[in-house]
Amino acid sequence: MMNNPSPPGVLPRRTLLAGSAALAGLGLAGCGAASEAFGGKTTVKQWNLLAGSDGAVMTAMHEEFTAETGIDLQATTFAWGTPFYTKLVMGASGGNAADVATAHLSRLESLSPWTLMEPYGLDEIAEFGLKPEDFPADVWEKCFSHDELYALPLDTHALINFYNRTVCEQAGVLNPDRTLLETHGVEEYFDLLRAVKEVTGEYGTSLDTNAGWRQFWAWYRQQDGEWIFHEDGYELDDDKALAAIDVMYRMADEGLCPRIADGAQCAANFENGSGGLVQVGNWEVTRFRAFNEAQGLDFSATEMPDFFGNRRTQGDSHSFVLPRHNTWSAESRAATIQYAAWMIKHSLEWGAGGGHTPAYLPVTQSQEYQELEPNAEYSGVVDNVQFDPAVWFSGSAARLANEVSLVLAGVYGGRTTPEQALEDIKGRTQTLVELPNPID
Amino acid sequence: MTTDIKAPDQAPTAEQPPSRTTARAPKRRSWTGLWFVLPFTAVYAVFLLWPMVLGLYYSFTDKSLTGRPVSWIGLANWAEAFADEKAWDSLWNTAWFTILSTPPLVILGLVFALLAHRARKMGWFLRLSFFAPFVIPVSVVTMIWVWMYQPDGGLINHYLAEWGLGGDRLWIFQEDAMGSVVITTVWWTMGFNFLLYLAALQTIPPEVYEAADIDGANWLQKLWSITLPLLRRTTVLVIVLQMIASLRIFDQYYLMAGGGMNLSPENVFIQYMYNSGFVGFRVGYASALSYILFVFILLIAFVQLRLLSRKED
Repeated sequence: MMNNPSPPGVLPRRTLLAGSAALAGLGLAGCGAASEAFGGKTTVKQWNLLAGSDGAVMTAMHEEFTAETGIDLQATTFAWGTPFYTKLVMGASGGNAADVATAHLSRLESLSPWTLMEPYGLDEIAEFGLKPEDFPADVWEKCFSHDELYALPLDTHALINFYNRTVCEQAGVLNPDRTLLETHGVEEYFDLLRAVKEVTGEYGTSLDTNAGWRQFWAWYRQQDGEWIFHEDGYELDDDKALAAIDVMYRMADEGLCPRIADGAQCAANFENGSGGLVQVGNWEVTRFRAFNEAQGLDFSATEMPDFFGNRRTQGDSHSFVLPRHNTWSAESRAATIQYAAWMIKHSLEWGAGGGHTPAYLPVTQSQEYQELEPNAEYSGVVDNVQFDPAVWFSGSAARLANEVSLVLAGVYGGRTTPEQALEDIKGRTQTLVELPNPID
Repeated sequence: MTTDIKAPDQAPTAEQPPSRTTARAPKRRSWTGLWFVLPFTAVYAVFLLWPMVLGLYYSFTDKSLTGRPVSWIGLANWAEAFADEKAWDSLWNTAWFTILSTPPLVILGLVFALLAHRARKMGWFLRLSFFAPFVIPVSVVTMIWVWMYQPDGGLINHYLAEWGLGGDRLWIFQEDAMGSVVITTVWWTMGFNFLLYLAALQTIPPEVYEAADIDGANWLQKLWSITLPLLRRTTVLVIVLQMIASLRIFDQYYLMAGGGMNLSPENVFIQYMYNSGFVGFRVGYASALSYILFVFILLIAFVQLRLLSRKED
């Protein structure tokens, strides 16, 4: 998700020092092969894009994995989005990437899996206890390309609606059980935002105005809008797109949300009480919890508000892919798949820490998971999550999302009218459609 | 006289162990020399010349980063590039960045060098201060400036608002990006030009100034008639180097305003190449674009050198 995920909430000096030490340690990473040769330990190299606050959760899980299995795990985190995917594709194209990498399922096709990735064998994953029926069918289906299994899903994640209980209580928008009032339609929600704005004195909700694509896709899909791509064109429902963009325009125009706030600022606005709500990815829960511990923040989260008759929201799924290897020992490959399977089976921790909904059904169906807070409050998100359109330049952080976000930032900023924005989006999309498809 | 000259000339060729010293010595020298430059030549050939040749070849193919089979498509990439409005827009943005950034970088480099050169007591401190930013890695520079440029709560807007000078500029966000990146670049790389100028200033013999003093010249006359003319050679070098550096703008622009981060609607040329090649997988097309930039820079550098060095004569 996330254009530009926010950094972990507080960055104490000690963390910074530890980070610098880790960076210095990176220089020694080249010694991995040698330690493998002499230590008799298998090493799995992993690349990930979890530069946001959920990265810390993954790091903790990696330590447990190594302690439990004795497999040495070398994880490298790259800047989220384009820099990561560029690195992954270039590494895989040279056959010298990591053993395993995280990838958004919506990006799988755009990674040209049949030339750049290695497929998993169904019997191979069964050895480590993973069966197709352990995953939601629609997510599992997205892991295939050209009839081969190229990805193992770890979670689904989506934009949800965090709310500050202290602020919302004062604004009188909470139920007696201190959950957020359910609203129907844009106007009802705007009324709620106005009440919250009265209390905060600044904004009702804080949004990542640089990641307008997510909000657009959520609100467009709430109207059953489709975006279908052909060889030389596409079908977009102008009226529905305009309605979705208009929500952004009016929200910013009335000062119910900021005119400009990137990922970090958007989360900070929520933490410091400038906004009583925030529609942002579930992964920010880690950051908000840290803030709660440091300075106190009484918050919870619910699903995306119902603007157009349902609570659909934009989302995606983190998965593990295997970049193409020039040479790969059977032992190392087995250890890699063992790693992916271990992470998936232990994804309770991933869900609890990062706010994601694990893809592994035995985890989500467990009593333990269903009692997690605030996850339980937005558990319906799994059925409402909308993946990005299926075309090679689409998906998390892909060009379609970037171009649309760029235009929508102008709408939030008040420099572009919804009509102009729609024209601009259509023009930019046409340019993308006309590019020769380098994937097929 | 004539015989004197002829005698030694003939001697070696005629009777002496024919040209052992004159002919063989240079030959041996050149072979020994080769060994010294071999490591560099090898690296240069493998990492510069070969990729250049390969890039030229790719520009005639539909080479894709995805590793699918490559086929020869002739001039299609080149034709597309010349007709690609977005490519030309981004080339203009690169040129605009060069136009905006070169004068302040050269002039400020000179001004600060004059200042540091004149300073008697705190010279080391000035030299350090002016040069220090240049040694900071680009990632750190951009990170600091992105914080300062934050429209809401950033240092710059905060003080602008406090002093009643507005404080609602968007800086690196959206349309304001170019000017902001120029400011950052000037702060960051001015130190290199400063160093070149400072070194050149130190080579001007003090006697020239003493003579001017005796003639009663004031500091402005000395600057205009002695310092600047004697720095002309350095100025030519600084301007040429600076323009080449500015035309290659990518790092700081990408880190501050591109990459899906802060969403500037404009691209600079290398960023457009990067997007075509690495994000869009079209290595063939990106190669053609990069050759266009190469020729563009070559032309500018050539014209500039001709113009400036003629002036010098």
